Amino acid sequence: MNAESQGHRNHTLVVTVENKSGVLARVASLFARRAFNIRSLAVAPTEDDHLSRITIVVDGESAPIEQVVNQLDKLINVVDIQDLQPGRAIERELMLVTVAVEPEHRDDIVEQLDRAGGKVMSVGADSMMLSLVGDPEHIDTFENLLRPFGILEIQRTGRVALANLDETIE
Amino acid sequence: MKTDGGQALIRSLEREGVEVMFGLPGGAILPVYDPIIDSKIRHILVRHEQGAGHMAEGYAQATGKPGVAMVTSGPAATNIVTPLCDAYLDSIPMVVITGQVPTAAIGTDAFQECDTTGITASITKHNFLVTEAQDIPRVIREAFHIATTGRPGPVLVDIPKDIVDPTNPRSSLELEDNVEMDLPGYKVDTSVDPEAIQKAVELIQNAERPILYVGGGILKSRAAESLLELAELTGIHVVTTLMARGAFPDSHELCLGMPGMHGNFTAVTAMQESDLLITLGARFDDRVTGKLDEFAVSAKIIHIDIDPAELGKVRRPDVPIQGDCRTAVEAMVSVLRDSGPGDADRTAWKSRISGWQERFPLVYEPSTPGQALKPQFVIEKLRDATPADTIVASGVGQHQMWASQYWTFNHPYTWINSGGLGTMGFSIPAAIGAKVGCPDKMVWAVDGDGCFQMTAQELVTARVENIPIKVALLNNSYLGMVRQWQDMFYEERHSEVFLSKEIPDYKGWAESMGCFAMRVDDPDEVEEAIAQANEIEDRPVVIDFRTAAEEKVYPMVASGTGNSDVIVPPSQEKEIR
Repeated sequence: MNAESQGHRNHTLVVTVENKSGVLARVASLFARRAFNIRSLAVAPTEDDHLSRITIVVDGESAPIEQVVNQLDKLINVVDIQDLQPGRAIERELMLVTVAVEPEHRDDIVEQLDRAGGKVMSVGADSMMLSLVGDPEHIDTFENLLRPFGILEIQRTGRVALANLDETIE
Repeated sequence: MKTDGGQALIRSLEREGVEVMFGLPGGAILPVYDPIIDSKIRHILVRHEQGAGHMAEGYAQATGKPGVAMVTSGPAATNIVTPLCDAYLDSIPMVVITGQVPTAAIGTDAFQECDTTGITASITKHNFLVTEAQDIPRVIREAFHIATTGRPGPVLVDIPKDIVDPTNPRSSLELEDNVEMDLPGYKVDTSVDPEAIQKAVELIQNAERPILYVGGGILKSRAAESLLELAELTGIHVVTTLMARGAFPDSHELCLGMPGMHGNFTAVTAMQESDLLITLGARFDDRVTGKLDEFAVSAKIIHIDIDPAELGKVRRPDVPIQGDCRTAVEAMVSVLRDSGPGDADRTAWKSRISGWQERFPLVYEPSTPGQALKPQFVIEKLRDATPADTIVASGVGQHQMWASQYWTFNHPYTWINSGGLGTMGFSIPAAIGAKVGCPDKMVWAVDGDGCFQMTAQELVTARVENIPIKVALLNNSYLGMVRQWQDMFYEERHSEVFLSKEIPDYKGWAESMGCFAMRVDDPDEVEEAIAQANEIEDRPVVIDFRTAAEEKVYPMVASGTGNSDVIVPPSQEKEIR
């Protein structure tokens, strides 16, 4: 019950669940029923076939985070919950984006993309599809950079996260 | 042992110690009903699936054992949704088995198919859709374990027909002697933190105006005796919430009765003025706190609950203690015995409490000759004419509040009601379930006429299955509590609350269902009617008491107002200054 856990910020929860049908629906339905807001969500299998990992970014303003954690923990299929502290976890998102770009501006874009660490996935007559992996702020920045060119289509994944190694060793 | 899913299901229930189940068969669950014929489990055939669910709840509340209900798919499953939600909100251990269409048909909108686990996910502690016959024994074990441990609650097991149908090869399984659970995400921690107990005890020792705020968790953890010890050791007054009536004897000098919207003035006010609320298995429900910002503003909070999600959900505790209530209470008693109850001066507090008790007792105006019966009078007569351990099951509304207020509950597990969900029609099936679980105790349903019309058909079940409950119908021809709100907050404009004075003929209806029935209009006939009812053991009894429609439940804290603004009965208004 320290001051920080009461703060109104986004929290990244890494929720390990049993890999069974309907578990994501239970988690989503809990958030809906308790009026907790989800900012982003990513689900994938883990190193253990029986478990999946759900990374949920929770709006800390919709409910105290400990209440979210406690309610989640009551779901029988939830095996473990980590509330990742900002700066103490590696967080990544993937963005796929198609930008309108005339052939004479392609080099500009590619240069920016190289600097950001992204890749060209596909090139059309007057558009390009790019991919970029990075932490959410990095992706935000690059997305803003592309805006003036004209974004035709964009798809960002939910955030995935793991605690820094020094955090996982207790 | 080689067997089929249906047999395995019934064997698994027997292994869990199930003695009785409530249900109604239908298409998808049919194969499971065949092995019931050869089982020693008593099956009670209900007339509506909602009845099966409430009976299982009443059974569980009266006995402490998990209630079991079994119904078919589709409409039967949706009919039992209300009892599931009721049991969820009141933390009642219950296992409900529903039939489902064959696995291959799931998702095709087959006849009597519905997404039962989807519909019930948010109103069960957990639910299962079993897709392999081999999983049935394990899932049944897990269902009972989840329902009965930690914070109890309802668990639903949805069983597709093909895995229980002996003519289908998919139903074949090997039934092992030992069934291992596989619940990696379910852990129950009942232990309590000794440091937190120490802190709690220090708060108790120094509090000048402490109150023991006791909720249903005390009953769930079988802690009534420990609570008595704690109260007597410390001399701290006790309030028992609607879910905890009977957890502390009403006749005890430290008992202040029920708090909340229709609580005793003293219980409400003592909590409001308290400097320490020792909260035991209660959850700061809005019906107890009134307007939250104004609730017990100067009180520190010790909050003990088995469910960590309750700690801080509504009111932030100064000392949160996660764990079993009885373990915690016993730990506090033990520390207090060693270190003493403290030397806080509570003389002034005690005299304030007795002052409130003197000035604001529960009162009603007796009826004048020719007037309809006063419902409170009927409850008092019933209370005085029945054994002390009589089980009272109530519906929801005015009659529920009067029953809670005017009955003297001196034994735990003698009060059964729908607290959280407020389910009208709860009382008759709940009373039936309680009587099945406690056949040697007298069981009275206290019901209203609105409630009665929702579930009265289960009196047929009661008669046919030989379950002699008694029903005190407080019949005022109105949806009384709604009428009271319209009287008080809608300028007495009565919208859709009048039922009918003469229809139905309750006596005739009850008789047609095989009950012994009486109608009582005159106060002088009340005692005799009750005495007669108490003599009848071979069938259910219904007494239609014609009560005064204008009677209101007092005291009252109006919705949205604070607990310092208690509305007292007109006769006490001058006292409030």
